[in-house]
Amino acid sequence: MVKKKILITGNEALAEGAIQAGCLFYAGYPITPQNELIACMSKRMIEMGRVFIQAESELAAINMVYGASAAGARSMTSSSSPGVSLKQEGISYLAGAELPCVIVNIMRGGPGLGNIAPAQSDYFQATRGGGHGDYRCIVLSPSSVQEAYEHMFKAFDLADKYHIPVIVLGDGMLGQMMEPLIIKPTNHESQTKNQKPWALTGCKGRKPNVVKSFFMAEGDLEKFNLKLQDKYREIENKEARYEGLFLDQAQELIMVAYGSMARIAKQALLNLRDKKLKAGFIRPITLWPFPKEIFGQVVRKNPKVKFLVLEMSYGQMVEDVKLAVNGRAVVEFLGRSGGGILSEDEIIKYAKSI
Amino acid sequence: MTERIIIAGAGGQGIMIMGKVLAEAAMRENKFVTWLPCYGAEVRGGTAYCMVTVADKEIGSPWIDLADTLIIMNNPSLLRFKNRVKNKGFVILNSSLVKDSLKGNFLILKHDFSDIASRLGNIKIANMAALGAYAAKKKTVKMATLLEVIRNMAKGYKQELFGINKLALLSVSK
Amino acid sequence: MQKVFSRPQALKDKQTHYCPGCGHGIAHRLVAEAVDELGIREEVIGIAPVGCSVIAYDYWNFDCSEAAHGRALAVATAIKRLKPQNIVFTYQGDGDLAAIGTAETIHTANRGENLTVIFINNAVYGMTGGQMAPTTMLGQKTATTVKGRDPTLHGYPLKISELLASLPSVKYIERVSLHNPQEVNKAKKAIKQAFQNQIEGVGFSLVEVLSSCPTYWDMPPVKALDWMKEVMTKEFPLGRIK
Repeated sequence: MVKKKILITGNEALAEGAIQAGCLFYAGYPITPQNELIACMSKRMIEMGRVFIQAESELAAINMVYGASAAGARSMTSSSSPGVSLKQEGISYLAGAELPCVIVNIMRGGPGLGNIAPAQSDYFQATRGGGHGDYRCIVLSPSSVQEAYEHMFKAFDLADKYHIPVIVLGDGMLGQMMEPLIIKPTNHESQTKNQKPWALTGCKGRKPNVVKSFFMAEGDLEKFNLKLQDKYREIENKEARYEGLFLDQAQELIMVAYGSMARIAKQALLNLRDKKLKAGFIRPITLWPFPKEIFGQVVRKNPKVKFLVLEMSYGQMVEDVKLAVNGRAVVEFLGRSGGGILSEDEIIKYAKSI
Repeated sequence: MTERIIIAGAGGQGIMIMGKVLAEAAMRENKFVTWLPCYGAEVRGGTAYCMVTVADKEIGSPWIDLADTLIIMNNPSLLRFKNRVKNKGFVILNSSLVKDSLKGNFLILKHDFSDIASRLGNIKIANMAALGAYAAKKKTVKMATLLEVIRNMAKGYKQELFGINKLALLSVSK
Repeated sequence: MQKVFSRPQALKDKQTHYCPGCGHGIAHRLVAEAVDELGIREEVIGIAPVGCSVIAYDYWNFDCSEAAHGRALAVATAIKRLKPQNIVFTYQGDGDLAAIGTAETIHTANRGENLTVIFINNAVYGMTGGQMAPTTMLGQKTATTVKGRDPTLHGYPLKISELLASLPSVKYIERVSLHNPQEVNKAKKAIKQAFQNQIEGVGFSLVEVLSSCPTYWDMPPVKALDWMKEVMTKEFPLGRIK
């Protein structure tokens, strides 16, 4: 494939990324603001001779993904906040059965039916497990259309590497906006053909495989849970990613934001630096595992540094920042959700006040 | 250079496509660009607006609080967006449908785009007439690039489609 | 000496956890015999439900998956679409198929997925302690209908097989019972047919199997079989529905 540049929505970029990453199965249910994704998948998956199903509900969709993953296929679903709430039981089962899959959540305003405006209020749900039981999902947060596309490759690779559900967490703004996307030639055939000896393919020439998350015998579940926890520690050690700006020098203020919010925060930061404020920037790219190490490094450079966490919510990621900072520095928060989006001016005004 | 444009009108007036044509042209000229759509709950009618930002550097928010340019295609949109343009900003009004007046320190350009489009044979191309008027005045993108974009978009449709849109695009800009 | 009865290859040599007089053991065996006789053990993928038969995969000797409560047919749909050469079936109880999973049941049937469904109807929730099922008989006492099922409060026994039969994409539905050996033989035939249909690409096939639950019917096993014949088969008539 030749490199080409196209103008495309974030939702379509996520779909195209999934296609190029070798997604063989998609099931979903319409919900705004991610409808371009399912529409794009319905067209492209059929073109590619892969499986697309418009499910009767979010519950059916996520459980179809469970079946597809059990059969060894790279599989995904997508939805927006209320729909992702419905998927939580299924995600817990996927985590419990250690099945790889990708779930896209293009977040909208909540709680309840909320509205269709962009929001970041599902951070807790995504990073804390979301469903029942002690489990985690890897959470990636793209902040541009280009990254939306590229994160799908990373998401499928991580899912297969760790046998874990990976959530790509965007918001309505990222999903609906159009930006130029550079589609680069890729070779992901290797991942799609990787060996999954545990998959359900019929037991010809081997013992039967069973895909399950049920451990009734005494001690079995605890043993399994400890194995899961070991896997989660390994992921925390190896896979945390962030984008940092001006972190090599001591700063007075560090802005922290992810996804769409990070784009606005970054502009505000550059503006403040023009006005001679000593400020830096951290954009977590993986929300779980949270890139906590960098916060300690920043504090060591200047123990008087202040963090300003900016979110399209009323304070969710700020809790992870506080855990990472662990009382060693001041953590301030500014957020809006439910329709309003923080503007550059609002951020600058607040940053100057602290 | 950063140019922030809000385009607003009624659902069905081709507001989204207007923004897309502009955004696509900006991309072809290797500029940074974002396009963000906003709809009401209505599937037909109601308000529709989109926000396009064109810049020569990375763009932060695709959301626009205060625009450099406001393109208003019907009267309710004027009432809704009249406070969303910068002082000394540029405002284009479709005088066929916008009856209220706008006071303030703006550069205002009025044309009866819907009437012009009707005279050309299709009221739906009022959007391209307004886009042409915008491009001619602001020169954010070249007219030639806009023509290239609509030629490309019209591929696969009837031959006349490109011709009539081209006429509309150039109708007020000459 | 000729051996006339032995364990099917599709059944593991393992004692089940089912109560005395429960029908699940017989139904599991009928599935296994059908699989063996059709020679499809190495192609078959079974989906176990949530309910008493949750660990059916511990007894069957072929590839299996668990499914969340009610979602067996969603899981099966995905597997079959990806692997049309495999033979995919679900084994679901009345709560799984006809209560929490009703949407999946109707929509999988309506899409005409080429699947085989073994639907065990024992008119009660077993695993959770004998609560009302959608198929509980009128007047039947359960943990949640202590005075008996009352149609004004709980509605009537849900005839999901008859409901499904109205869908054009459903190709085969038969209701069978396990209350005596003759009926068990008929049940076996129907189950085998439902698998045969999938092999031939016929489409959605379902066998509703009336099964006993002496524990939560509060009856000795033999009386439970009589109750099936006298009461259940009146409400749920046996035979080919579609």
